[in-house]
Amino acid sequence: MSMVSQNPSDTSSKEVMIRVSGLRKKYRLGKISARTLQGSIKEWRTRKKNKDPKAGSSGTSRNKDFYALNGVDLTVYKGETLGILGKNGAGKSTLLKILCRITAPTEGTVDLYGHITSMLEVGTGFHGEMTGRENIYLNGTILGMTKAEIDEKIDDIIAFSGLEEFIDTPVKRYSSGMFVKLGFSVAYHLDSEIVIMDEVLAVGDVEFQKKCIRCLLDAANNDIRTVLYVSHNMNTIRQLCKRCIVLDKGEVIFDGDVEQAISIYLGTQAEMPSEIEYGPEHRSRDYQRMRARDLFSLDGLRLLNRPEPIFPTSGEAELELAYTAAKEIRNVAFRFQLRDQEDTKIASMLPGNLITVSPGKNTVRITLPLSHLTCGRYSADIAVYQLDAGGIERKMDLVSPGFTFQIESAHDKDDYTKWNQQQFGAIRLPDLTVEAGSSDAPEK
Amino acid sequence: MLSKTATEQNTAYHIRLQPEEKKVRLKLDEAWRYRDLVRLLTRRTFTVTYQQTVLGPLWIIINPVLASLIYMFVFGHIADVGTAGIPQILFYFVSSAVWELFSFSLTKNSQTFVTNAYLFSKVYFPRICVPISNMLVSLLKFLIQLLIVIALLITFVVRGAVHPMWALYPLLPLLFLQMALFGMSVGVLISSITTKYRDLLAVVNVLVNLWMYGSAVVYPIQSVPDGVLKILVKINPVSENMELIRMILLGEGEFDLMYYLVGLVITVLLFFFSLVIFNRVERTFADTV
Repeated sequence: MSMVSQNPSDTSSKEVMIRVSGLRKKYRLGKISARTLQGSIKEWRTRKKNKDPKAGSSGTSRNKDFYALNGVDLTVYKGETLGILGKNGAGKSTLLKILCRITAPTEGTVDLYGHITSMLEVGTGFHGEMTGRENIYLNGTILGMTKAEIDEKIDDIIAFSGLEEFIDTPVKRYSSGMFVKLGFSVAYHLDSEIVIMDEVLAVGDVEFQKKCIRCLLDAANNDIRTVLYVSHNMNTIRQLCKRCIVLDKGEVIFDGDVEQAISIYLGTQAEMPSEIEYGPEHRSRDYQRMRARDLFSLDGLRLLNRPEPIFPTSGEAELELAYTAAKEIRNVAFRFQLRDQEDTKIASMLPGNLITVSPGKNTVRITLPLSHLTCGRYSADIAVYQLDAGGIERKMDLVSPGFTFQIESAHDKDDYTKWNQQQFGAIRLPDLTVEAGSSDAPEK
Repeated sequence: MLSKTATEQNTAYHIRLQPEEKKVRLKLDEAWRYRDLVRLLTRRTFTVTYQQTVLGPLWIIINPVLASLIYMFVFGHIADVGTAGIPQILFYFVSSAVWELFSFSLTKNSQTFVTNAYLFSKVYFPRICVPISNMLVSLLKFLIQLLIVIALLITFVVRGAVHPMWALYPLLPLLFLQMALFGMSVGVLISSITTKYRDLLAVVNVLVNLWMYGSAVVYPIQSVPDGVLKILVKINPVSENMELIRMILLGEGEFDLMYYLVGLVITVLLFFFSLVIFNRVERTFADTV
């Protein structure tokens, strides 16, 4: 277990704020965990019967040790804003809980070279019966401030929260947004060198969120603060973090660039098969129950023109969709609704023509032009509907995600490599025509 | 490692988190740094308890008054247990107030982990601040009840019915503190055990009630017949302390220094023991919630 950072080249001159080495955290799974005295006695008796102090019958079958963190090494330097990504259960929360001293590690050590503000939740310890002002004092002291420090900062805290009018109202009358604002304002005014946040910015309005990110970034850039941030929202991660780690099954699988980390994190989430059979997991409840599906149902998808659903920019996907129909249906349309990596709906493809489906099991071939999509991973919901005489859409089936694919940069067109998805978005519309006009500008 | 740290870091601040604490720690120094929190928690518990009640803080007085009236009726009249020559109302009121000082500190603290589970799983602060603040609340309530005691005392002293040991009055605050600390220690110990064994919580109230009958609250020690029973009563740190408080405050009592010292030693040992256990449980408490 090395103590050295994974990327010492660019940060070696900086001060270390957090050093985690060989960190492991064990939890016990299983039903018998000695929570009641009876349980304890039961456990003790089964052990005694088997004459094996370590593994009773219940011990082996039901109690399994589970490592929420399995050997984490991490060094965080002063002024860094580190994003922590990972699926649910990857160990993010456990890592934060250990860093915040809420629970102790099972193995390994953590060295902290600064005071920590933990915002695993904002407004922890707020009491509904007490006013905003009283809660500032209570929350502030819970977070480690002294009364004198709060006296000094209370005006700033109230001003930052923007809740001047309501500050002497009991917080039980606050909206959840106001609650978060007050909580964040208190935490923000702590003189701690390290700030640890778990998705706290998710609540609260966009305006306040922006303000918080700006302030945190300022503090980090001036080397005053080091920020550790966990979120499922890639946008705030992009805005706030300069470095990211990806946790998977209790281990750090990536440490470095934010965009790379995000794509790795998203990559650990979904598979990209080239052949799919649709089942209930591909359909929302409404569609699972829908009666029209007795008439028509999508069975599966096969990618025809490539072994894997990875395409160059401006490529094409040829698909074969299998379906089962109970009778002949006319004027059937297919629509592909695209989502980006973060599951945001970004665009749709409408059918150029309607078809008539014939009864029984059959297939239909569809070609997807991918010319406007830029690099990245996309998924498509496939909707099937009938257009009746009045032009009204009658839903028949919808699978989500119906097709997941990736676009890779075409190396021959170097202008695509300059596409900055963060600023430009995922879709490249047709190029502009720009002509230089004659100069009418008044001469000076 | 440490020397390297010193050269590498400008900030002197450094803490290391590791699986096992090397030394046994009481963390009282840390609690001292959080003294403002202790004060605020105390105030919170105090105000929140009596907010939205009609009579408010009057309950602090009503409770022991009612209790002593009941004791007067049940033990004074029906069972006819003596009060060592002290006027009944004074005897029972002082006894129940002192008992409440102990029992409130105990019961409130026995739920420390259970009632604060959410808070404890979200933010770190020295957990011992919570029991300390609970103990302060019980002391605060007792101080208010003491006003009634003083009022009663004056009436009876003027009438010549009571002859307090005025010279020993300066000792009283220490004895009150000892009572509250003992209650806190037992409570803290129970709260540490309840994180693993929830069942204990169900019997705490019953145990506390039973304890009261073994603690010379509703009777003076001298009325206990000699024998094993008396030794049991006297070895209970609450009884001898209670008897001493009554003796100094009201002038009558059967005080035994040896048993008092035993009780004091038990209190001190239990205090440190419960802190050690508490700090140990605190480290991984969040995992068992």
